[in-house]
Amino acid sequence: MHVPKIVKIKRIIEESPTVKTFIFDWEVKNEIPGQFMMVWNLHDEKPMSISMIDPLKNEIGISIKNIGEFTGQVHELTPGDKLGLRGPYGRGFHIAGSKVLAVGGGIGMAPIVAFSEEASRIGVDVHVVSAASTMNELLFDDRIQRSRSKLLTCTDDGSHGLCGFGTDLAEKAMSEDDYDMIVSCGPEIMMKKLFEMVEKFKIPAQFSLERYMKCGMGLCGQCCVDDLGWRVCVEGPVFWTDELKMITEFGKYKRDSSGVKHSIS
Amino acid sequence: MTILEIKLCGIKMRNPTMLAAGILGSTASSLNWAARSGAGAVVTKSFGLSPNKGYANPTTVEVTGGVINAIGLSNPGVDNFKDELLKLNKSVPAIASLYGANPEEFSEIATRVEGLVDALELNVSCPHAIGGCGSAIGQDPLLTAEIVGSVKKSVKIPVFVKLTPNVTDIVEIALHARDAGADALTMINSLGPGMRIDIETGKPILKNKFGGLSGPAILPVAIRCVYDVFDSVDIPIIGVGGIRDHEDVLEFLYAGASCVQIGTSIMYEGMDIFGKILNGLERFMDEKGYGSVDELVGIAHK
Repeated sequence: MHVPKIVKIKRIIEESPTVKTFIFDWEVKNEIPGQFMMVWNLHDEKPMSISMIDPLKNEIGISIKNIGEFTGQVHELTPGDKLGLRGPYGRGFHIAGSKVLAVGGGIGMAPIVAFSEEASRIGVDVHVVSAASTMNELLFDDRIQRSRSKLLTCTDDGSHGLCGFGTDLAEKAMSEDDYDMIVSCGPEIMMKKLFEMVEKFKIPAQFSLERYMKCGMGLCGQCCVDDLGWRVCVEGPVFWTDELKMITEFGKYKRDSSGVKHSIS
Repeated sequence: MTILEIKLCGIKMRNPTMLAAGILGSTASSLNWAARSGAGAVVTKSFGLSPNKGYANPTTVEVTGGVINAIGLSNPGVDNFKDELLKLNKSVPAIASLYGANPEEFSEIATRVEGLVDALELNVSCPHAIGGCGSAIGQDPLLTAEIVGSVKKSVKIPVFVKLTPNVTDIVEIALHARDAGADALTMINSLGPGMRIDIETGKPILKNKFGGLSGPAILPVAIRCVYDVFDSVDIPIIGVGGIRDHEDVLEFLYAGASCVQIGTSIMYEGMDIFGKILNGLERFMDEKGYGSVDELVGIAHK
């Protein structure tokens, strides 16, 4: 049933000055990295990527960047406070190949860290490009290293790792190594550039898209993308490059809560 | 001509199914997708004069037999919506669903989109609208008639009126809409409104507290409404409410609907629902020896 299940926050991890991870007891069944949950704080409800899936301890985690009213309210919560969760929703990342490059930008690292842990666990050689604006906004370093994925970092200001964007570091990695597959989540402008790169390198790739969502159950049409009308909440949020080619609005525009288009730049 | 083809108010449809208003339908892309999936016609999500964000989330929650929703008529406004209507691939008839607060608003929107669609459906029945829109109109026979009359004077294309079941006597509203010039009646909009409360927190789940009930749970109510109105009103009825398979469609046709709309069950079946229903319908008609959909309409009254 598409009904919020009330859960207590078990613990909170401060990942950076702007990002917190909220951990919940959750009976893990078939949650997949790249899927999302609808998170209800009893005032509003927003889609959030699952950033941690632990089938042994039966825990999941959601990482939230404080960027507005809703995320600010959630950041004020403490362990023991209640949130409503429904999901998991959407189509997550498909794990394929023996060597994979995972590229995350900013809070887009949330599903990427979950992917790198899961893929590494089943024996995939994962290289992670973690991109952030500055050093103390780099996310999940410890978890990526513990998962035995190879961590490559870059920052816009050069305070850690390569000075440059995730796409710069990804291009470097793709020229030096042969990857069977690429996965990515981050600012759409970054993913658009990465999309062009993987096409050039002829590597299969999956990208996680974000669109304004209301129902999360495939009915309201708010997250439908042009031109095929696919629902990001059901057919997405993860799309293969061949599918992205049919999503003509990718990298160009997105619609807001009333359905008005805004260009992505 | 296949046996599924029908004519509704002069509009030729390849089959008697439509995508219902408010389910997907806020972009040309999703309307075209419904058409590609088999829908005989598509109805847009309701739009008004200016952009409207609707209610905050949660706007939808599942219940036994369907969902309750209070999306709050979110839409980008008629100017932006015209851009979507221009991108319709025209493979099937398109019906614009409009909402407004008064006759002037309805007529203005109707005039502005008349050239882009095959018919209009007036939403005077949304149970969670604000500012005098939706069922505030459709529960008042005189106001309904005034709005229908005004729109009819403004446009030449067929005008359908979508009725709310949340009235004491739906036949009275239907008669007023017909007398004011409605070309067809769409029945029914969502039921209720209904409400769910989370028992851990004691909070109503929907941000708007209450919302319209749709899905299989409301089908018997819709069938009864169609059945009652068919007896008293001589214009076509478009049946809607909880259809999930071809047997549900047959029930609506028997009750008196000329065609049907499908919405909430897309949650269960995906867009494939149109193809599945059409296959079932054609198979049924073939087995029983029916040559056209018209032969099925109103069977329960004979």
